[in-house]
Amino acid sequence: MKPEDIIKPENKVYARPRLLNDVNTHYCPGCSHGVVHKLIADLLEEMGLQDKSIGIAPVGCAVFAYNYIDIDWIEAAHGRAPALATAAARLNPENLVFTYQGDGDLSAIGTAETIHAANRGENITIIFINNGIYGMTGGQMAPTTLLGMKTATTPYGRNSELNGYPLAITDLLARLDGTCYVTRQAVHTPAAVRKTRAAIKKAFTNSMEKRGTSIVEIVSTCNSGWKLSPAQANQWMEEHMFAKYPLGDLKNVEHKA
Amino acid sequence: MAKVYGAVTIDSNRCKGCDLCVVACPCDVLGLQPKEVNDRGYHYAYTVKPDACIGCAACATVCPDACIEVYRVRE
Repeated sequence: MKPEDIIKPENKVYARPRLLNDVNTHYCPGCSHGVVHKLIADLLEEMGLQDKSIGIAPVGCAVFAYNYIDIDWIEAAHGRAPALATAAARLNPENLVFTYQGDGDLSAIGTAETIHAANRGENITIIFINNGIYGMTGGQMAPTTLLGMKTATTPYGRNSELNGYPLAITDLLARLDGTCYVTRQAVHTPAAVRKTRAAIKKAFTNSMEKRGTSIVEIVSTCNSGWKLSPAQANQWMEEHMFAKYPLGDLKNVEHKA
Repeated sequence: MAKVYGAVTIDSNRCKGCDLCVVACPCDVLGLQPKEVNDRGYHYAYTVKPDACIGCAACATVCPDACIEVYRVRE
C-alpha cells in the first residue's frame, strides 16, 4: 500500500490539536514545553473547555504560552500565578483556571503564593514544569537543581554546604490538606506522555468539580541548559532526575475533606 | 491476521530537527535530513523507510512542535 493511499482524512489517527495556534514556538529544539502545550490544547478541545478555561502564564520560558494555545490567558508577575489564579477562580467559579509554571517561578520566587494557594484549597490546577534549571535566563541554578549538577551559577556542581539541597516542593504540597491530587509525571517517552495526559485530564476534572487544588509536576528536560542533545537529555533525566523526583501519584483524594 | 499500514506527514518547515521522533520510532521509519535544511536552518525529519510505518503515532506523541500527523489503515 502506497503512502498516498493511506494519507486520507478518514484514516487520520493523530492530528495537530486544533487549539494550537498556527505559529512556530520559540522553544529550543526538543524542549518538553512543546509536548505539554500540545497535551493541554488537545485536552481542552476534548473536554470542550475552550471557551471556559483561563490559563495563567508564568514568567520563564513559557511566558509566551498565551501566543500558542487559543484560550483566554492572564500574564502573572514572576511567581504570582497561583495568587492570580485564586482571584480568577473565585470570580469565575464556573470556569477552569489553571496555571502553567516552571521550577524557578513556582518553587523559588513564588513559593509563598504556591503553598498558600494549595493550602487554601483553591479550585485550580497547577501545571509545574520541573527541569532543575532557569532555562530562560541562561541556565542558572534553581531550587530544584540536583546536587552536583553544573549550571551557570554552580560551575563546579551544586554543593549542599554552599547552595543547600534540591527542593522537592511537590512532596511538600502533597502534605497540605487543601490539595486533592498531586502527581509527578514526565514526557520523555510515548507511554509517559499518555500517562501525563491522563494526569492533566484528572486535574482539570477535579478543578471543574471543585475538589481542591490539583498539582501535576512534569519532570522535564532543558537540553540547552544542560548542554546535551534532546535525546541525551532524556536519558540523563531518566538516570539522574528520577532518583530525586520519582514518578507517580503522591496524593489522590476523591472527595474533599 | 490483519495487516496494519501507516503513514506520517511532517510539516518540515515547523520541524526543529530535535531527533526525538527518530528515537521514539520503533520501526526506524524516520531520520533527519543529512544535508538539506528548512527555512529556519534545521535538519528536518523525513521518512527514510515509509513502507515500515505501522501508524503507532509514537513519533507524533513525543514531537514537541506538533509537526507530525499520522494515518493508519487496517486490512
